[in-house]
Amino acid sequence: MTTLTLIPALLLIPLVFAILSLLVTRPWRNAFALLGIALQAVAALSLSWVIFTEGASSTALGNWAVPLGILLVADGLTVTLLTLTAFIAVICALYAFFYLRAYPREERYFWPLFWFLLAALNGIWLADDLFNLYVGLELLGLAAVGMVALQATQQSLAAALRYLLAALFGSLMYLLGVALLYGSYGTLAMGQLSDLMVGDLTTQIALLLMTLGLLIKTACFPFHYWLPPAHGGALAPVSALLSALVVKSSFYILARIWLDLGTLAVPIGLPEVLGLLGTCAILYGAWRAYTASEIKMLVAWSTVAQLGYLLLLFPLALNTTEAAAHLAWQGTLMHLLAHGFAKGAMFLAVGTLVLAARSTQLSDLAGISRKLPMALFAYGLAAVSLMGLPPSGGFSAKWLLIQSALHSGQWVWIIVISVGSLLSAAYLFRVFSVSFVEGKQRELQPTHPMLDVTALTLALIAIALGFFGMIPLSLMELGTPLPESPLPTGGQP
Amino acid sequence: MNLSFWMPVAVLATSLVTAMIIFLLPERRHTLRGTLNLIAAIVKIGLVAFMIFGVMQQQSFETRFALLPGIDFVLRADAMSMLFAGLSSVLWLFTTIYAIGYLEHAPNRSRFFGFFSLCVASTMGIALAGNLFTFLIFFEMLTLSTYPLVVHRGTKASLQAGRTYLRYTLVGGAVLLVGIALLHSMVGSLDFAETGTLRDVPSEQHGLLIIIFILLITGLGVKAALVPLHGWLPIAMVAPAPVSALLHAVAVVKAGAFGIVRVVYNVYGIEFSAQLGVLIPLAAVAAVTILWGSFQALRQSGLKRRLAYSTVSQVSYIVLGSALFGPLGTIGGLVHLLHQGIMKVTLFFCAGNYAETLGIHKIKELDGAGQRMPLTSIAFTIGALGMIGLPPTAGFISKWYLGLGALDSGLVWVLGVLILSSLLNAAYFLPILYRLWFKPVTSAWPDEQIKAARFETDPWLLFPTVATAVFTIGTGILAASPLSPLSWASLIAIREYLP
Repeated sequence: MTTLTLIPALLLIPLVFAILSLLVTRPWRNAFALLGIALQAVAALSLSWVIFTEGASSTALGNWAVPLGILLVADGLTVTLLTLTAFIAVICALYAFFYLRAYPREERYFWPLFWFLLAALNGIWLADDLFNLYVGLELLGLAAVGMVALQATQQSLAAALRYLLAALFGSLMYLLGVALLYGSYGTLAMGQLSDLMVGDLTTQIALLLMTLGLLIKTACFPFHYWLPPAHGGALAPVSALLSALVVKSSFYILARIWLDLGTLAVPIGLPEVLGLLGTCAILYGAWRAYTASEIKMLVAWSTVAQLGYLLLLFPLALNTTEAAAHLAWQGTLMHLLAHGFAKGAMFLAVGTLVLAARSTQLSDLAGISRKLPMALFAYGLAAVSLMGLPPSGGFSAKWLLIQSALHSGQWVWIIVISVGSLLSAAYLFRVFSVSFVEGKQRELQPTHPMLDVTALTLALIAIALGFFGMIPLSLMELGTPLPESPLPTGGQP
Repeated sequence: MNLSFWMPVAVLATSLVTAMIIFLLPERRHTLRGTLNLIAAIVKIGLVAFMIFGVMQQQSFETRFALLPGIDFVLRADAMSMLFAGLSSVLWLFTTIYAIGYLEHAPNRSRFFGFFSLCVASTMGIALAGNLFTFLIFFEMLTLSTYPLVVHRGTKASLQAGRTYLRYTLVGGAVLLVGIALLHSMVGSLDFAETGTLRDVPSEQHGLLIIIFILLITGLGVKAALVPLHGWLPIAMVAPAPVSALLHAVAVVKAGAFGIVRVVYNVYGIEFSAQLGVLIPLAAVAAVTILWGSFQALRQSGLKRRLAYSTVSQVSYIVLGSALFGPLGTIGGLVHLLHQGIMKVTLFFCAGNYAETLGIHKIKELDGAGQRMPLTSIAFTIGALGMIGLPPTAGFISKWYLGLGALDSGLVWVLGVLILSSLLNAAYFLPILYRLWFKPVTSAWPDEQIKAARFETDPWLLFPTVATAVFTIGTGILAASPLSPLSWASLIAIREYLP
């Protein structure tokens, strides 16, 4: 009963607040923002609790059955991602609340876009058919592009335009694939498709088109070109949201397409190609992060590299043993969570540093470990997780992925993972190296302590995942299409 | 959830919580910070002592919870872990006192002492870790918490040293991780256990076990400064003296050596290691390190660099001891884990005293320093004689048992290595002692910071130096008493061999 109201609430709350924040003026807008954040947090947490205690659930909007109506499914995996989204969004919103005092003009448009973004994300996590996923992707893309363009400088507009073109092209490819599938099977519901799907040529082409579209949207190498300017140039809370959540959503769809629907239609060599692209992303992203001279670009390129790990899911989970596939799923989910929290924390912390130093150049941050120890500490904890050093969620993810590679006897990915984390240490430590320099220092602007508190919270969650990794891992097993538990996604009504 | 569960957590918490509070304290609260640090150090010694008595009476202390599917986080007090925990907690107290004095007027003390405490928390975690996975967690934490200490001065040289340090240790950590992951995929997550855990692995997998052994020892060997993985240690000498003491005697190098001891005794088991045939090569690596370190120490003109190479050499005695098959060798290696710590910390305190008081960094500037700073010089003399291995110091006990162990296990060449190394130790320490005591003061001190008053230098610096020097003699003279490191090491050694 409760889930019947909670699942739609997760979509309705953001949409209502998006419209409200467009209608009212400043003091009210801020009050609404706080209220909406609180409501959203409560709704997501209660849904997780319900699923945790009662098991997976689904809701048919307006009581129309599939394939006519829209089915929203909340299983363990969905709820894990919803909780991730709620946590990060709430904390980024709190950060934005204080951060945007320095940007009164941008503040006006930030909140409506923020709520649309949240609605789109929740929609994607909950959707159970390919078309609704498309709608979610489009809404998400537009909201994200709007957020990148917020500052309306020449640089940010150029980045936003680039992002828009990539996003539109990606959606188009995806839609083409969806159309092909609809033509062949007459349904787009995931639950039905996974029973019907066969490995014929049309299906393969459709899936490959969708894959291409989603790879572009996830900024996977070699389609990453739009990401660094967009994420590196945006306002801090925007960068955090984009890197922590937005790129993950298209990856989530990609993973579901292959591991949930298309297991029979996997073309020979595709998993290896995806793994190779991931490897290139890890190496190239790390190299660019290492040579970046602006701190936000460093962090943005690090996102490119970290997304590469996600692609290792395909060679590890497709056409391997059940145990290896299961470990790969767990590792990938853990990486997704850990990177979400850690990268969110890192962008927020770096945002504070940049705000204080009034400069994005890395070299201008010399000696800030004295002046902004808390922001630097948040950066440090987030870096621990991103480097995959224990104890952290990033380390647990690395461990699970390595175990998966060992189980399927694919040594090469172990080397990739190990080298990748050493490279990330190399570029992430550049910031520390600069921050410890003694000598002449820049004048720093004072910053609000809440900026540090929020960043530190996210970073601490990334570390805590290293100790309490069992919680999300056991949550995500509830009624999900994991290789070991052959439950279909969501019950048929 | 009872006392047994919370004791190991409490030991870690004493320094973790201290670290957190110190990070949050404003920079200028120096007295409060110092007091907190000292209270935490004393409380920790109390807790560790309580656990040591518990372990003696066969009581068990264990913290355990599931970290990932199939992997537990385990902190446990056994005889071996108490050996290392006891050493670190006692030396931490002295190093803290010393550091408070040493950094009296330095900037960034809040950051320094915060990471200092984190560093000790990691060391305690390494000591108490009950399986390789938990060990790895704290091993990497140690790397991260020592980096800010190494680069503390923020100069170009120290940042460069920090980079080198990270390059070595992070790569070492990655190799260790691969080794642990491989072992886990073979046999699952196994707790450390006396006499080892891998005896029952079928013989067709022994080849893989040897490869894993090499990976583990390589990963640990970076921190233990085994040649040729020792390059970071002399470079890291740019750090302040208390940090050098921490790196060389209390935490980092020790963590590597302790890890090797754990792998040989509590993962593979000494008898199984001997059966695999990995002990002789390990002994050879240790022997090369011992000799190479000593030769390099001879060539150094800076006091701290000479001490650094001496560490490279001395720590490998521990490794050598664990590579000797037989209880006597085991005792020699384990007891040296403690003795080397006490002696080396004394020597680094002395080097720091010379540098802080008189501005002496080079060996040739030490002429006649014995008259100006008699207590420090006596402490240095005791430490140096200990390193050479003269009775009645602690170093003699270590060498005696290592020598007996070498004969016991039939490796006569090891005896040669020990004798040669002692001669080399004498060759690089005796000239220093000669300069200290018998050469006249030739010119003014390079940079006299602290004038001789009631004491020859700041009492905060002098007291820990004298105390550890007394320990060096005490553990040698009282080696037969039931609470001495030697008795404890013998207790462990008996348990490590199959009946």
